[in-house]
Amino acid sequence: MSEQSTIRMPDTSKLVVSSSPHYHDMGSIPKIMFTVLAALAPAVIASIYFFGWRALLVLSVCMVACAAIEALLCRLMRRRISIGDGSALVTGLLLGMTLPVTSPLWMCIVGSFIAIGLGKMVYGGLGGNPFNPASVGRVALLLACPSAMTTWVTVSGCALNKWVVDATTGATPLELVAQNQPGPGFWDLFLGNIGGSIGETCTLALIVGGVFLIVRKIIRWQIPVFFIGTVFLITGIAYMVSPCPKFNPMTHVLSGGLMLGAFFMATDMVTSPLNRKGAVVFAIGCGIITTVIRLWGSYPEGISYAILIMNALTPLIDRYTAGRPFGVARKASQKNA
Amino acid sequence: MNKQIKFYGGVKLDEGKMTSNEPIITAPLEPLYTVPLQQHIGAPAKAVVQKGDKVLRGQLLGEAGSFVSAPVHSPTSGTVKELSSCLGPAGAQLPAIVIESDGEDTAAEPMPVFANWQEASPDDLKARVAQAGIVGMGGAAFPTAVKLTPPPNVTIDTVILNGVECEPCLTADHRLMLEHPETIITGAKIIARILGVKQIIIAIEMNKPDALEMMTKKAEGTGVEVVGLRVLYPQGAEKQLIYTVTGRKVPSGKLPAHVGCLVTNVASAAAIADAVCLGKPLYERVTTMTGTPVVKPGNILCRVGTPYSSALALCGGVKEDPLKIISGGPMMGMSVYSLDIPIMKGTSGILLLAADEVSQYTPNACLRCGRCNDACPMEMIPGILSSTIEFHHFSLAERWHVMDCIECGCCSYVCPAGRPLVQHMRRAKAVANATRRAAEAASKK
Amino acid sequence: MIDIVMMTGTGILLGLAIGLVVRYFGVPEDPLVESLNELMPGANCGGCGLAGCSDYANAMATGRAKPGLCPVMSAEAVAKCCELLGVESDTSEPKIAVVCCSGDDNHAAKQAFYNGVNDCLNAMLVAGGAKGCTYGCLGLGSCARACPFGAIEMLPNHLAKIHADLCTGCGKCYMACPRNVIKLVPRSAAKVHVYCNSPEKATVKKNVCKAACIGCRKCARTAEEGQIVMNGFLASINYDNPPAEEIVETCPTKCLRKAE
Repeated sequence: MSEQSTIRMPDTSKLVVSSSPHYHDMGSIPKIMFTVLAALAPAVIASIYFFGWRALLVLSVCMVACAAIEALLCRLMRRRISIGDGSALVTGLLLGMTLPVTSPLWMCIVGSFIAIGLGKMVYGGLGGNPFNPASVGRVALLLACPSAMTTWVTVSGCALNKWVVDATTGATPLELVAQNQPGPGFWDLFLGNIGGSIGETCTLALIVGGVFLIVRKIIRWQIPVFFIGTVFLITGIAYMVSPCPKFNPMTHVLSGGLMLGAFFMATDMVTSPLNRKGAVVFAIGCGIITTVIRLWGSYPEGISYAILIMNALTPLIDRYTAGRPFGVARKASQKNA
Repeated sequence: MNKQIKFYGGVKLDEGKMTSNEPIITAPLEPLYTVPLQQHIGAPAKAVVQKGDKVLRGQLLGEAGSFVSAPVHSPTSGTVKELSSCLGPAGAQLPAIVIESDGEDTAAEPMPVFANWQEASPDDLKARVAQAGIVGMGGAAFPTAVKLTPPPNVTIDTVILNGVECEPCLTADHRLMLEHPETIITGAKIIARILGVKQIIIAIEMNKPDALEMMTKKAEGTGVEVVGLRVLYPQGAEKQLIYTVTGRKVPSGKLPAHVGCLVTNVASAAAIADAVCLGKPLYERVTTMTGTPVVKPGNILCRVGTPYSSALALCGGVKEDPLKIISGGPMMGMSVYSLDIPIMKGTSGILLLAADEVSQYTPNACLRCGRCNDACPMEMIPGILSSTIEFHHFSLAERWHVMDCIECGCCSYVCPAGRPLVQHMRRAKAVANATRRAAEAASKK
Repeated sequence: MIDIVMMTGTGILLGLAIGLVVRYFGVPEDPLVESLNELMPGANCGGCGLAGCSDYANAMATGRAKPGLCPVMSAEAVAKCCELLGVESDTSEPKIAVVCCSGDDNHAAKQAFYNGVNDCLNAMLVAGGAKGCTYGCLGLGSCARACPFGAIEMLPNHLAKIHADLCTGCGKCYMACPRNVIKLVPRSAAKVHVYCNSPEKATVKKNVCKAACIGCRKCARTAEEGQIVMNGFLASINYDNPPAEEIVETCPTKCLRKAE
C-alpha cells in the first residue's frame, strides 16, 4: 500500500458525463463556413482584378451587413448570437458576388437584410431555412431593382489600378446569346474577362474553389457535376439540332452564374438533399430549370430561380430518395413511407 | 481480399491503440471485490449466499434469474461481507455481493472437466456454458448460452468469432488472440460442436497483422478459417460483420440466427474453452486500461469485481486529470463519474480522456449536411431522426426504423453541428421499449 | 338574367351534391360523444392527458378514459358525464403532484458535469445523470416542459418545484418523470410529504445527499399507528390517514416537510 501513495489518482469531481461516442472528428460549423470562404477567395481576387477595387467594397459591405443584421436579429429574438459560425459571412459574400459591381451600397444592405432576415432568421436561423439565403437576397433585388441589377460594365483585362472599370454599359455573354449574337471566346469566358456579376465571371477561380471544397468533402461532387452536365447536355442537344449562338453549350456553361451557383449555392448544405441520390436528382432539376429559363424564358439568366425552385422541392426529394435501412425489406419500407 | 464486401457508411477512426504491444498482466488480489449480480443483459442473478458465508474462488454466488440471465461466481476465496448494491457503469444501482478476500485465493472444486469434449453431447456443453456464466465479452454482455439456443425454426451454418475489435484504444481481444490463440480456437470448435456447424470463421481487422498471422498459423489444419477485414468502424458490429464475411443481411428486427450465423466475441470463445476444458467459470477477464492520462496503459487480466481504481493504480495512476472516464471504448462506451465501479464480465476496457480530447456536445440545429447519412452503417437518416425525436414524435421515429439503430456513434462522430445524435436515438429506443412494455402489460390485463 | 339562373342552378346543384355526400358518405357521430362534447370545457388544454376535449369525449365513450380526468370540468359536469356513460360517478378527490426529492445542488452531491440533450430521460441513460443519487430529481425539467399549466418551476439549483395553486393533478409530469420522483397524492391529504425517493440504505444515501431520508423511523414512531409506514429504508406517508403537521419536527434531515 505504500506504493499507492506515490500513484496519482484522478480527481473525479470535475468529470464530464455524456452519451457515447466520446470521439469526434473535430469538424464544426465554423470550420465548414471558413473553408467555404477560403474556397471563394480566388474568385474574389479575380473579381477585383477584372472589376476594380469597388468589387471589394461591395463584397465587404454585404458581408458586414449580413453579420450585423444577423447579430441584431438574434438579439431581438433573444437567441444566442450566432455570427461566430461564419454562415452569415458566407451568405454575405455569395450575395455580393451575384451583384453587379456598380450596385449602390444601399442595395447591398437591403439585399443582405432580405437574405438574412427573410431568407434565414425567420425560419429560426441556420439549419431551418428552406431556401438558400443568398439566392433569396439576389432574387428579391432582381425583382425590386431590375435596372440596377442588370447594369453591366465592360471588362477589358486588368483593372487593379482602377476604383471601378469604366462605366460603359455592356452586355453579359448570356444577354448576347439570348439575342442570338455570338458570345465572347472561350478563354475570355474561362478566365472571366467578360461582363457580369462580381463573382460570377471567372470560371477558373470558381472551379479551383469548388474542387477544393469537393476535396475537403464540404460539398458533394454530384451537385456541381450533374448541374453543369445537365445544362451542357440540354444546350448541346439544342445546338446540334439548330447550331446558332443562342444554343452554344460552351457559352452557357462558362458564363452567367452557373459556376458560382453550381459549386457554391446549390451545394448549400441546409437547402440541398441529404443523400447522394437526392443530390443527383436535385442537380439535374436545377440544370433543367436553368436551361429552360435561359433558352425559353424572358430572363437571360435563371440560376437563382432554379436553385430556389429546387430548394422548395428538397424535402420531397429527400422523402422519395431516402434509402431503406440495412436489412429492411423493400415492402416494409414502402408500407411505412 | 480486395473483393471483400463493404458495408454502407462507416468512419475511419484514429486507432489510438497504444497498448497493442503490452502483454497481459495479471492483477494482484484485491482486499474487497464487489460482484454485481447483474453483469449481463436480462434478469439479474439471484444471490445464493448469505452475509458471513465463506466462499471459495469460482463458487456460485448467484444463480441465473430467468432464461435470459447468467450466474455469477466468486472471484476469490473469502467471506461475504454484505449483500448490497453498487454503482454500475450505466449509472443505476446494481445489486451486488461484496466479498472480503482472505488472501488465500483457494479455488473451489472445479466443475467436472470434459476431457473429451469432441465426444460430449451438445446439450451438456451448452449447459456448461450456461453454468459457467459466460456472456458476450465484447461489451453488450448478452448471455452466451441463450445465443447458443437458436429459435426452433432456424438452422445455423456459420459461426463467426469476432476478433475485429473495431473500437479505438481497446486491445484486450488483440492481446488475447496473440497470447491464447489455441484457447480461442478450441472455444470456437466447442461452439461449432454445440450447434453442429462446420464453418467457423475468425474475423480480424487488418490493423492487427500480428494477431492475424498468429491466428492463421494456429488455425491451420483445424478447419477454422481466419479472415482479415478492412479497417473501417464499425466493422465489428454484428450485422455489419455478418454482411462482410458472408454477404448476408440480417433482416430488420431479426437475430443473426435468422441468416444462419452466430457471432461471438473471441474472449467469450476463450472463456467457453476454459469452462469446458478446465471447468473454470467466468470470473476474470482481460481489460484494457488506457488513455493518454494513464501513466502505463496496459492490458490487465483482472477478476470480476475489481474496482476501476485498482486497475488504474496497477497502471501507475494518471499523469493529468482526465475529463472523462469511459467504461468500454470511445465510440460505444459509457462515461462514468466514479472509479469505484467494479470491472464486470462485459468491461472490455477503461478509457481515460484528457480535456483536450473531449469535444462537447452543443445544442446546434441540424445543418442538414447529410454527413450522418453517409456515415450511418445502418443506412438510416440520423439527422432527420434526431430532429424528429427532439420534438417528441417518437412513433414517427419508430416508423422510420429507429429501433434498427446500433448506436455505433458514427453519426455523432461526423456531425459538424456537434449534435448528440446517438443520445436522441437512445431516448427514442427507450421510449419505444417502454411503450411496448406498457402495451404488453395492458394486453395481459 | 341567364347568369342569375346559371348561378342559382349551380348553387342548388352543388348544395344538393353536398347534402347527398353527407347523407351517404358521412361518418355518423355517436350521439353519446356529441353530448359528452357539449359538457366539455372546450379549452383543449390537454390536462386530461389526451389530445383535446373532443378526443377525451371520444375516449370516454369508447372506455379508453374515465370521467373526472379533466381538471377544469365542474363536479356537476363530471356527474352528468358519469350519468351519460352509465358508470358510478367517481368520487375520488382531486389530486396534486408532489416532487418527492430535496436533492437540489446544495444537498445532493453533484458527481459530474452532464453534457448532452437537456432532457431527464436522456440524462438518465447517460451514467444515470450527474447527481449521485440514482433515485432523485435529475433537475433538467422534463416535467416542467410537460406541464400544460405551467405549474412546475425549475429552481436554479436543479430541482423541480410544483406550485400547488396551479397544479391540477393531471399527471402529465408524473408520466414525464423517468425516475418517478413525482407522485400524485390526494389534495386534501397533501399536508406533509417525505421529500425523498431513495429506497437505498442510509449509508448509501448519506454519501450522495444531505437531505435524504435516512430511515431513522423517528417520524414513524412518533406518528400514530399506520400514518407513516417504512418502505424499506424510506418513510412514506399514508395519504389515506395523513399525520399531523407537527410530525415534521421529528425529522433530523428535514426531508419530512410541510407541503410548500
